Amino acid sequence: MPTTITPDQVEQRMTDALVEFGPEREQIKRDATFEALDVDSLDLAELSQIVEDEYGVKFNSSDVEQLKTVGDAIDFIVAKSG
Amino acid sequence: MGGDVSAPEQGCALVTGAARGIGAAVARALSRDWPIGVNYRADERGATGVAGGIERDGGSAVPVQGDVAASDGLDEAFAVLEQRFGPVLVLVNNAGVRADALALQIDDAQWARVVETNLSGAFRVTRRALRGMLRARFGRIVNVASVVGPRANPGQANYAASKAGLVGMTRTIAAEVARRGVTVNAVAPGLIDTEMTKDVAERMLETVPAHRAGTPDDVAACVRFLASTEASYVTGATLAVDGGLSA
Repeated sequence: MPTTITPDQVEQRMTDALVEFGPEREQIKRDATFEALDVDSLDLAELSQIVEDEYGVKFNSSDVEQLKTVGDAIDFIVAKSG
Repeated sequence: MGGDVSAPEQGCALVTGAARGIGAAVARALSRDWPIGVNYRADERGATGVAGGIERDGGSAVPVQGDVAASDGLDEAFAVLEQRFGPVLVLVNNAGVRADALALQIDDAQWARVVETNLSGAFRVTRRALRGMLRARFGRIVNVASVVGPRANPGQANYAASKAGLVGMTRTIAAEVARRGVTVNAVAPGLIDTEMTKDVAERMLETVPAHRAGTPDDVAACVRFLASTEASYVTGATLAVDGGLSA
């Protein structure tokens, strides 16, 4: 696990993960909501597993509910991993 | 081959409680398709024998110790299998115990032991296995339930509750993960000739329309089908393997 993670690194990793769930790479921006990207609860559960494995940041299901946009998730991961 | 589903090239099958009985037969049957993790809790000798037999027949298998009733009981087993064979893409939740008594006489410990192993254990192992399956976009989970879920068998309230719970869990998780190429099904064996059923065999036999007890291989063949790529459109189902007992 890296000691410091930059928002750019997280954004890159998250974009790569989200593309696998369906949305086009161009659609994935910080202010894009998961709802607009058609990223559903199973996708978010899988995403949180990836984040936990790679950054050691645990999301529980109520954390996930709070995260509405891609930017929310990036900020959450960066803050928790700091 | 059903649909256009093919299994990933790397991966393995984990069978819990595979040192003997139905689990051992399932491990042997699946070894024609996958490298196998032969899970056991205490019967190391049995599991080593099963794994050795598979290897002698040209398959790959490794015994992996772990108690499904412990919350991190199979972590080490997963680590070993993932390192050696790749992700667990087929999981058969077979580990089960009985502690029979009339409901009035089942104490809390007997209740908890059966539900913890048969139901909670299967849930925990499933949750762990789903990670790799979701990422691989392929997975097969088969839960070994029992005819004693839909059908009453006095003296087994704890066992029946655990097995009926397993069927409910099967359906719900099946619906949650279906769009990722992961199927979740159950088999419901009736009277199967194993060490675990020795004491009930005789009194139940006359109620079985097929007039015989099933064999572990009868169950294993059905599990192998549900775990196959051909069964990709079967999910949330419970397949009775009971010689007509529940018909």
